[in-house]
Amino acid sequence: MQFKTHAKTLAIALSLAVVAGCSSSGGTQEGNMDGTAGGASGQGMTTGQNTSGSGMNADQQRPSVNTIYFAFDSEEIRPEFESVLRGHAQYLMANTGTNVTLQGHADERGTREYNLGLGERRAQAVEQYLTVQGVSPSQISIVSYGEERPAVQGHSEQAYAQNRRVVFSY
Amino acid sequence: MKQRMLRGWKAIATAWLTTMVIWLCLSTSAQAQNLTIEINRGSDQATPIAVVPFEFEGQGGLPQDVAQIVSDDLEHSGQFSPLGRNALISLPSSSEDVFYDDWKRVNARYLVVGRIEPQGDGYRIAYELMDVFGGKRMLGETVTSQPGNLRASAHYISDQIFEAITGIRGAFSTRVAYVSASGAGDSARYALYVADADGHNSQQVLSSDDPILSPVWSPDGQKIAYVSFESGNSAIYVQNASTGERVRLTSFNGINGAPAWSPDGRRLAMSLSKDGQPEIYVMDLGSRQLTRLTNSRAIETEPDWSPDGSSIVFTSDRSGAPQLYRMGAGGGNAERLTFTGSYNSDGRFSPDGNQIYMVTRDDSGYHIAKQELDTGRVTVLTDSRWDESPSVAPNGTMVIFATQQGSQGVLGAVSSDGRASFRLPSPQGDVREPAWSPFLN
Repeated sequence: MQFKTHAKTLAIALSLAVVAGCSSSGGTQEGNMDGTAGGASGQGMTTGQNTSGSGMNADQQRPSVNTIYFAFDSEEIRPEFESVLRGHAQYLMANTGTNVTLQGHADERGTREYNLGLGERRAQAVEQYLTVQGVSPSQISIVSYGEERPAVQGHSEQAYAQNRRVVFSY
Repeated sequence: MKQRMLRGWKAIATAWLTTMVIWLCLSTSAQAQNLTIEINRGSDQATPIAVVPFEFEGQGGLPQDVAQIVSDDLEHSGQFSPLGRNALISLPSSSEDVFYDDWKRVNARYLVVGRIEPQGDGYRIAYELMDVFGGKRMLGETVTSQPGNLRASAHYISDQIFEAITGIRGAFSTRVAYVSASGAGDSARYALYVADADGHNSQQVLSSDDPILSPVWSPDGQKIAYVSFESGNSAIYVQNASTGERVRLTSFNGINGAPAWSPDGRRLAMSLSKDGQPEIYVMDLGSRQLTRLTNSRAIETEPDWSPDGSSIVFTSDRSGAPQLYRMGAGGGNAERLTFTGSYNSDGRFSPDGNQIYMVTRDDSGYHIAKQELDTGRVTVLTDSRWDESPSVAPNGTMVIFATQQGSQGVLGAVSSDGRASFRLPSPQGDVREPAWSPFLN
């Protein structure tokens, strides 16, 4: 019980940190993709406030950041996004009736079918992280779009960095 | 009263305008977005040939310049360099009017002449092919062309000429399926098109708000299998190319991708991740029964059958990076085929089964390459940066692929020796994922 309260406090602290990171890095969306800036990305900002007022407790609010990014040819969870994942894990564990689809994406380099595999691997890495935290696998489904739904058009490293991502879709 | 009549007219005019706008939208979306061929590299070993404009023995003009279509076909093959029309020394329409010495002087190795006359609603085309230096007629034929079918007749003539000279069956009467994409984000639109091999007569056969990829023709040329996300996840569909009738073949959890027909058309190889990670499966199309062929922790995808149906080449990153492997069509041990470079994928057999075309990565980007299966020798065929999705012409002389021109996705084609290449840009949007049909006649 004691632990649970601590966990909740931690979750609030984390989500506050995430929101703070978000607003402080506003307008430098690309800057976040190299992993040097805070873990939050511009993606979450638009959906961040939507869940308030839906009758849930503040500590069960859906995290405002819904997208995490990956290095080239990698499905490794970058340390700066672990707080985002823990936030989603807490939210899903507190709302066991809620399901999430993890949409895995790749950048445009390489063949399309192989990139479907890469996108799926990234989504699976996130799924594994969530289930290790205690989320029930039955709440999680995965869709890989490979390189078919880029967030950003273009052939620059910056565009690629924003396209290698997993999106939480509730 | 006057007011009411005016209002009535207004309503009619509005309705008419609305109809016109809808009709225009429909016709522009469903209709031809013909691709136009732009030659970007001619072969230095191409054979000079003169194709004389065919004489028309009827009233008015012809809807198509048949000799020009034949000349373009031969040029696009990379094996011929047709003389420009201003270099034609005379305009014979029959072998009886040909003076071989004239054509030797302009260095034409071969000469094509012909004449067209109306026949019923259509036309009757008589054409002849001459070997200029041998001083003899090689081929002569009369072709009946149905109304609206002059382009098809021209491609048929190109096929006959190509085969008479090279000994290789012509592939000018074949078709190409491809995917177009326009817009981004929520306004993205995707469509599947089928066009003649020269980019003309393009017809939309499917459109969707969701991605479409990996079209591939059945060996009889009747159906196209492809992957569509319209159900919210990838799923494999098989669609009749002429009627549009289709079935959803697989929609398992995870990836449903990379369909590939067996040469007998009775089975479909594919990549499914329903059991964890993408593995190669074969579905018997009669019983819908699935057989799993691979079993590893890696991504296994992009299967392609050898022309004799005995083996399957596929992409796997079991070594840490994507490389091509080959296994028996029933599964079992897979032999690694590619060792040059850190990225080789999307292998496609040549029709004779002796080569594999693939996407290979080097310091300058992703290119189309060819590997000889007996020696392992690799030849990189393209020098553009973003080449993918190779699909081989049924006669093995050309490979069509997707590439980038500026920021636009375009189709490209390169001859199997890499000497000649051309681009097929679309007037709007990106085009990609080309699939060359089998022989259709």
